[in-house]
Amino acid sequence: MTVYILQRSLQSIVVLFIMSLIVFCGVNLIGDPVYMMISPESEPAEIERTIKEFGFDKPVLEQYWYFLKNVISGDFGRSFVQGIPALPMILERFPATIELAIFSLFISLLFALPLGIYAGLYPERKASRIIMSGSILGFSMPTFWVGIMLIMLFAVKLDWLPSTGRGQLGTFLGIESSLFTLDGLLHILLPAINLALFKLSSVLRLTRAGTREVILQDYIKFAKAKGLPQSRVIGVHLLKNILIPVVTVIGLEFGSLVAFSTVTETVFAWPGAGKLIIDSMYNLDRPVIVAYLIIIVAFFVFLNLIVDILYSFLDPRVRIKGSSE
Amino acid sequence: MNNQTKYELLSKVWSEFSENKVAVIALIFFGIILFVAIFAPLISPTDPYDLATVTIMNSRLPPMEEDFSGNVYWLGTDGAGRDMLSAIFYGLRISLSVGVLSGLFALMVGAFFGISAAYFGGRYETLVMRIVDIQLSFPSILVALIILAAFGKGVEKTIFALVLVQWAYYARTARASALVESRKEYVDAARCLSLGNLRIMISHILPNCIPPLIVVGTLQTAHAISLEATLSFLGLGLPQTEPSLGLLIGNGFEYVHTGDYWISIFPGVALLITIVSINLVGDQLRDMFNPRLKK
Amino acid sequence: MQILKKLIALMVICLVPSIAYSKTLKIGMAGEPSSIDPHYHNVGPNNMFSTNVFSMLVGQNENQQTVPDLATSWKPINDTTWEFKLRKDVKWHDGSKFTADDVIFTATRALNVPKSPASFGIYLKGKTFIKIDDYTVHVKTEKPYPLMANDLSVIKIVSKKHGTNATTEDYNSGKAAIGTGPYKLKQYIKGDKIILEKNPNYHGKKPEYDTVEIKPIKSGPARVAALLSGDVDFIDGVPPVDVKKLEKNKKVQLSSGLSNRVIYLHIDQFREDSPFVKAIGGGKIKNPLLDVRVRKAISLAINRQAMVDKVMEGLAVPAGQLLPKGFHGVSPNMKPDPYDISAAKKLMKAAGYEKGFELTIHGPNDRYINDAKIAEALGQMLSRIGIKCKVETMPKAVYFTRASAGGPNKTPEFSMMVLGWGAGSGEASSPLKSLLATHDKSKGMGGANRGRHSDPKVDALIAKALATVDSDARGKILAEATEVAVGKNYGIIPIHYQLNTWASKAGYSYLPRTDEYTVVAGFQKK
Repeated sequence: MTVYILQRSLQSIVVLFIMSLIVFCGVNLIGDPVYMMISPESEPAEIERTIKEFGFDKPVLEQYWYFLKNVISGDFGRSFVQGIPALPMILERFPATIELAIFSLFISLLFALPLGIYAGLYPERKASRIIMSGSILGFSMPTFWVGIMLIMLFAVKLDWLPSTGRGQLGTFLGIESSLFTLDGLLHILLPAINLALFKLSSVLRLTRAGTREVILQDYIKFAKAKGLPQSRVIGVHLLKNILIPVVTVIGLEFGSLVAFSTVTETVFAWPGAGKLIIDSMYNLDRPVIVAYLIIIVAFFVFLNLIVDILYSFLDPRVRIKGSSE
Repeated sequence: MNNQTKYELLSKVWSEFSENKVAVIALIFFGIILFVAIFAPLISPTDPYDLATVTIMNSRLPPMEEDFSGNVYWLGTDGAGRDMLSAIFYGLRISLSVGVLSGLFALMVGAFFGISAAYFGGRYETLVMRIVDIQLSFPSILVALIILAAFGKGVEKTIFALVLVQWAYYARTARASALVESRKEYVDAARCLSLGNLRIMISHILPNCIPPLIVVGTLQTAHAISLEATLSFLGLGLPQTEPSLGLLIGNGFEYVHTGDYWISIFPGVALLITIVSINLVGDQLRDMFNPRLKK
Repeated sequence: MQILKKLIALMVICLVPSIAYSKTLKIGMAGEPSSIDPHYHNVGPNNMFSTNVFSMLVGQNENQQTVPDLATSWKPINDTTWEFKLRKDVKWHDGSKFTADDVIFTATRALNVPKSPASFGIYLKGKTFIKIDDYTVHVKTEKPYPLMANDLSVIKIVSKKHGTNATTEDYNSGKAAIGTGPYKLKQYIKGDKIILEKNPNYHGKKPEYDTVEIKPIKSGPARVAALLSGDVDFIDGVPPVDVKKLEKNKKVQLSSGLSNRVIYLHIDQFREDSPFVKAIGGGKIKNPLLDVRVRKAISLAINRQAMVDKVMEGLAVPAGQLLPKGFHGVSPNMKPDPYDISAAKKLMKAAGYEKGFELTIHGPNDRYINDAKIAEALGQMLSRIGIKCKVETMPKAVYFTRASAGGPNKTPEFSMMVLGWGAGSGEASSPLKSLLATHDKSKGMGGANRGRHSDPKVDALIAKALATVDSDARGKILAEATEVAVGKNYGIIPIHYQLNTWASKAGYSYLPRTDEYTVVAGFQKK
């Protein structure tokens, strides 16, 4: 186990290193950051001063070397555009993103689990067919377009819900979140539904597939034959056994919700980290781009590791080995 | 395989496919979309990107509106005065070409690495599959964002990003079926005959991997079209000079709050029909090729 | 009795917050300062925000005319020395007295902020500040320098007591952010909000609000939504597409005003072989843009009124020179070119380009209001006189790099580009010097002259104006320079001046500023 974790961590560092090197050098080739920083009225002498001050005149690899040295001490550099340290700038945006992802995950599980189990138990019923066709639709609909449609319908046409930004923050158990105020909930509803829809279909399909596989197992047949009530068979025997894939899914889906929230955040002007990375990519704000990608990739690596470990605890049949199968 | 059996096989596949009426309708829709995309310049009412004919004076006309010279815009015009219907036709063409092209490249790259991994095995296989695993553990949009952050936007860069996002799926699928195949006797026999490795892989193993690759291919192409639209909507994918459906929707997003709904709704509907029909076809294909679900 | 008491108590509780609320102003702003340190980053949002907390020697009113602020008067006492007399009744937010020492301190500090992404060097270099007594300062230059007051109207004066050894972080934390402006900094949470408090001892017009909360809301639709939902009382940067809708809304008051920003075309005038100009069919061609007749034809082919009505939703004014009427150095004789296709075609024919040529117009897509659409509309309009146009727009981060130095030897890359210029000094000398004077690094002239227009006569006029201290005489020379450079040479082609729009709850309004700034003092109850 320890060997496994060590190996995975080493591998992750290699991934992070390669990724940051490519991005760092790549962004440099696209455009010159100095024009992002100076005011357009600046004279050439001023432009040169800024180039020197920030070391843009040095070779890219040398700049990268300095960057690496600073990263080790926790300094990811300062945003070119905003002039403030990149790391806190990103970290302070994460609560909004996490909050959105959690709420979306909640919504998608709330609908996907019952619907998926239903469709798996009664695959021939008309309702199941509708659910499955609907899931293809949900799976196919591009998130951003659904977001626009939600805004048009619920914010512009019906004027029921706010369509942009994050609502008021409330504090509960020392956690600050917009989920604790009515205004906050109203604001998060549309973006969360938007983000949830995308994942709802895939979780639903997985649940259905899991259900279909599990009900063919002998112990379910046995439980049924014993005359246990349907609710108990589903609630205990079935759920317990589809829990394993679902836990994995929750872990991984949560990560992908965080990644896909870039889209939803842009549509709903949600002030999270995803919106920040898109804005920064527009502005070629290299320190922010690189810092964000390093953090998010590290987050995924960590998440995957946790899921793997959890998985091995939940299902003793799965043994983590030192190397790939 | 003579023509007779080929024909029989095809008709068998078709009869199985046509069991699902929804899938057949989806296939017809896809045919229409393909037709529109290929012949867009011929069937569009106007050339939406000829600056000499588009005029700002006609900007943001609602659907069915007539301009002062009597032209009717069935789906209205956008902010620059372009006919939306024509723009959607051209947009479909761009979206589909990017999606299909990237799918093809990814299929080639993925099949190559997948089959060769299965064929050669050993450290090479471990390495390839390790990379596949690592990549699949990241969501597609993140991989695409990394590529576009490093290289900037553009047609070839978007295609590159999409290929990189997809190849791992193909590689995994190809390896799985190639593993089964390469253990069969005829491959051993071919090896004994000292046929070239490449030849064995291409002419013996590859054909047997094709059905599952086609299934993955249809679903992945739909995914690629959707992802391209997303990236272009975010302003990171295709440039304004190659307006795909995603870009058209993005341009319309600006008018969402003013009620000029047609600028973003109609390209979205076209995109949705495209993706849904490909997905439905792919779904049926998967059910057909998945022996576990067969009764 | 008990009940009555309770009722009264309840009423008081209900009333108090509503009274307090009425004195709080919440503003949703498009831009956000990168720091509270007024000398850290010389860009619009920073310079704009710091006017709330800090004061300058010389202020700029809403029309960018210089007005007394910390200095009561200023005058040249000889060719190279300006004398500033300071106000004697000004106190810093902490109660200490403002004196000439603070001015001298500021002059050094503003030039030496470590890691400053854009410094205030252009305004301060070459000027020596000398304290004469506690309330008199002399500023010396090597040559006669007429723009002294304009330059110093950008520099925020900081307190010597609090500023000595203070870092940018000390300003952000509020420790050193002690100013003399109408509001005190109470709290600054980057990306979230800035809270200001009334400075009752302010030396100018008394501030109206007890508390001001500034919220940065970058996205246009989000700002509008925040105003409509009552989250904020005022917003700036109303997106043009929303203006029509908001005009109909009785709960909202719009205030718009002309800005000092002209949107114009820069045209390659220094290359025989211009990279984005081709003969019809794609062959090589001698750069037709070198011919003034072609440039004039282009100007005549632009339907400025359609641009204003259709692209800008009415939020612009057709432009014929570098700054709109009312600014210093504007020519009274120049009008926007009329839209005249046949005259344009005649000029094209006379220049030998009856069949036209191919041209790519470049522009940003996230810098000016509707910039990408402007470029696209220009493409349409030029196509009407036979110039087969392609339009390429890109994010400003890429665009400005290429537009300034994307070509070989760091020359401008594009052949024709859409750009904008806001005259920070409020005088025509600013665009003339940067956009139209011959590009010369060593002299600091033509720094943003991306078309490399060059006319010795224009250069001479600009040099003369920059050495003329008498304001009226200088204005006349600047007007003459504009007439030659823009009116006769078509060195650049002006398209329109932007109108900026602010929106507030009904019953309030904003005094529009030509510098596009949103400052708290500009919000008024009707």
